[in-house]
Amino acid sequence: MTDLLAPADEAGVAAAVAAAHAAREPLAVEGNGTKRGLLRPVQAARTLSVRNLSGITLYRPAELVLSARAGTPIPEIEAALAEKGQHLIAEPPDLRALLGASEPATLGGIVAANLSGPRRIAWGAMRDHVLGVRFVNGAGEVLRSGGRVLKNVTGLDLCKLLAGSYGTLGVMTEITIKVLPAPEASATLLITVPDLAAGVRALSAGLGSPFGVSGAALLPGAPHQAALRLEDFATSVAYRMGRLREDLSRFGDARVIEDAASRAFWRDVRDAAVLAAQPEDAVWRISVRPSAGPAVAQAVQALGGRALLDWGGGLVWVAAPASEAAHDALVAAAAVSGGTCTLFRAPETLRLAVAVLPAEPAPLAAIGARVKAALDPAGILNPGRMRAGL
Amino acid sequence: MIAQPAPKPGILARRDEILAALHALVPGDGVIGDETRLKPYETDGLAAYRQVPLAVVLPRTTAEVAAVLRYCHRIGLRVVPRGAGTSLSGGALPLADAVVIGLMRMNRILDIDLDDRFAVVEAGVTNIGITNAVAGDGFFYAPDPSSQLACMIGGNVMMNSGGAHCLKYGVTANNLLGLKFVTIEGEVIDIGGAHLDAAGYDWLGLITGSEGQLGIVTEVTVRILRGPEGARAMLAAFKGTEIAGAAVDAIIGSGIIPVALEFMDKPCIHACEAFAHAGYPLDAEAMLIIEVEGSTAEQDDLLNRIKAICERFDPISLKLAESPEQSLAIWKGRKGAFGAVGRISPDYLCMDGTIPTSELPFVLKRIGEMSTQFDLKVANVFHAGDGNLHPLIMFDANDPDSFHRAEAFGAAILTLCVEVGGCLTGEHGVGVEKRDLMNVQFTARELDQQRALKTAFDPQWLLNPSKVFPLDGAPVAMAAE
Ligand SMILES: Cc1cc2nc3c(=O)[nH]c(=O)nc-3n(C[C@H](O)[C@H](O)[C@H](O)COP(=O)(O)OP(=O)(O)OC[C@H]3O[C@@H](n4cnc5c(N)ncnc54)[C@H](O)[C@@H]3O)c2cc1C
Repeated sequence: MTDLLAPADEAGVAAAVAAAHAAREPLAVEGNGTKRGLLRPVQAARTLSVRNLSGITLYRPAELVLSARAGTPIPEIEAALAEKGQHLIAEPPDLRALLGASEPATLGGIVAANLSGPRRIAWGAMRDHVLGVRFVNGAGEVLRSGGRVLKNVTGLDLCKLLAGSYGTLGVMTEITIKVLPAPEASATLLITVPDLAAGVRALSAGLGSPFGVSGAALLPGAPHQAALRLEDFATSVAYRMGRLREDLSRFGDARVIEDAASRAFWRDVRDAAVLAAQPEDAVWRISVRPSAGPAVAQAVQALGGRALLDWGGGLVWVAAPASEAAHDALVAAAAVSGGTCTLFRAPETLRLAVAVLPAEPAPLAAIGARVKAALDPAGILNPGRMRAGL
Repeated sequence: MIAQPAPKPGILARRDEILAALHALVPGDGVIGDETRLKPYETDGLAAYRQVPLAVVLPRTTAEVAAVLRYCHRIGLRVVPRGAGTSLSGGALPLADAVVIGLMRMNRILDIDLDDRFAVVEAGVTNIGITNAVAGDGFFYAPDPSSQLACMIGGNVMMNSGGAHCLKYGVTANNLLGLKFVTIEGEVIDIGGAHLDAAGYDWLGLITGSEGQLGIVTEVTVRILRGPEGARAMLAAFKGTEIAGAAVDAIIGSGIIPVALEFMDKPCIHACEAFAHAGYPLDAEAMLIIEVEGSTAEQDDLLNRIKAICERFDPISLKLAESPEQSLAIWKGRKGAFGAVGRISPDYLCMDGTIPTSELPFVLKRIGEMSTQFDLKVANVFHAGDGNLHPLIMFDANDPDSFHRAEAFGAAILTLCVEVGGCLTGEHGVGVEKRDLMNVQFTARELDQQRALKTAFDPQWLLNPSKVFPLDGAPVAMAAE
């Protein structure tokens, strides 16, 4: 364990970063550290945690906005929202089991990793709902981007740049997100499909229907199961489920699960519990166009691994024995259709040996290096977290 | 008046040589150099500002765009990218020493994939053109700016444009998958693709809404969605703006998110009614247009729920459309709002600040007071669900004093938006119009950080200079004229 700095407030974070900047000393940046095992390990003598920057600072249900300090645990936010009948739109996963973490993820961590669950396919990613951030850049300056209103195009959008940047461009201290009313009812159509390609066709038919499908996953197995979710007022869900079932009857035998059962089903998909990754497995997350999902899943089978397809077939979660050969095969399988493969969880040796994210074309990589330097001139924030040498 | 940077004398002197070089890069009729044919490019939707550019280039391919940018980069020639030129913030306003790169000839639809629900189109395809291409199959491209018949997807990407239905479907940024992007050095880069959330930094998110500051977009991959079974609107009129605001809160608080929730104040209702004869109640202080989607039964259910909520706020009138035709009639006035105001006053400035919706009554009251103070009429129309205001300030362009008062009035409104916790622009962009107000919303450090990001893409500051960032802090000297 490295030296842990856990300042009590934003000024403390800024001071810690400014000192590290002056000394040219790298910092491992984290919230509760639940994603330490994700992407590449950071080589730093000190860890800077925002875990003590906690608490909801603004919540206006009628305005659909919530602000919280970056270290606020996600369950605390979910509970506050539930009290007002609202929820996190992107349905971020709880990866405690997958990542072997004991503490819950923080808002800062979920945004920094831009992690979204099944509802992403219909309602957008975590990054789509980030309205504003306060952050400390690599020079220790406290800056803001965006704000606390739902529509804002003033200046360059650093919220989206920081979302998914894994703490390599700035340390977020407070985040404002858009939230929505939680639907009254949830129901899921489960269709037994003969093969994965037919399964994705069923999901596409559902997503291409006018019924507002808000979850579309494919669970490989014997038999393969395609799952389509509807969420809305109860009367609407009942009506639409009838229509959807009729429209998709050609794809195979179907049944419907409702409310608690439906919600539990999607929680397991969201958290990749369905993947049942073994402790020694590596886990990848691959994003492709949905129709390319089955080919990726086939490549997974050939490796002796297991796959779970979400987002209409376009998000493939993979669990397979950790090896460079497996990684190369999956990167290649994703690239066939122009998609991207991320090594999500793996033993440190593998994470250090391979490129955990796909390489960028040289002109973009050059811009990326300049952008990194513009935000973190001394290269002290999470060096090597996403790419070796950056 | 907003100052423009002094032209580079070296560039002006080389005009003939530059035109010849551009001709070699974009053969045929793709280069415009003569005064009369340059004239149509001198302004955009912010018609109070005009400047004839040095030249206009109309490339047909990404390779031509790349060649032109490489040339501009080599000789230090400024570039103003342009789509349809409907920007309301002067985003496409030329400079005397700049070449305008117009994307309108790149107007092909390259791919439509209904199974994977995306379309790949060139930057010059109009917003409505995308929906038209997929509507036969029941699909649509969601963001629908009122200018959708004219504005182009490349311009939409660069302004991160919204529309009347973005409360449910989001703005441009939420409906994109990929871009073909050309850097000022002439490098062609594919960002994202046909899949969601490409790994690595969110370049798509950073480029969207960057107002032509980072590079030129030549192709866009958009998400297309299946349309709902149907949609229907209702109209609710109230005795006060405060009351209407409370009704909006109650609707959202009930768990219903309508696809559209539009607000008009009394002057706007009157202007629209005179123009469209939509049957708007002239005695109302405020009116809401609310639209829901679904099957006919679902529409009935939602409209009745909303009606019951509105009834708690002592409405002057509530009118539920009973057919798609009646729905269109309700929308007709709103969709023509800018044109309607244009009939009362040929010249108006359209503001675009966003506020927390709870501040609405206060902000409308202050705008009313300012209207007296600046002695100019104003009509308010806005997207109520998301707090994006569009005060339309009416002035007389033939009277310089009237124009100056209008600009000062606009600046005062936008400053007020920031003071109550909102922002300068919700969807029209900073452009040239709000450039000098950026200091109201951002600290000097925050602006310097954004400038440093621009420099990472455009080291010589050749791309759409003089927009977005106040001139005096620019890292590359840009003395005001
Ligand atoms: C009547 C009217 C109604 C409007 N209603 C709405 C509305 O409801 N919602 C809304 O959001 N906006 C609205 N607008 C504003 C305007 O239509 C949008 O900003 C639109 O996206 C501009 O598109 P354009 O093709 O006209 O782009 P332009 O005005 O030509 O350019 C816009 C900006 O993008 C840059 N640019 C254009 N194309 C490219 C490219 N390919 N690569 C790089 N940079 C580029 C330009 O330099 C400029 O800075 C309205 C305008 C009018 C006149």
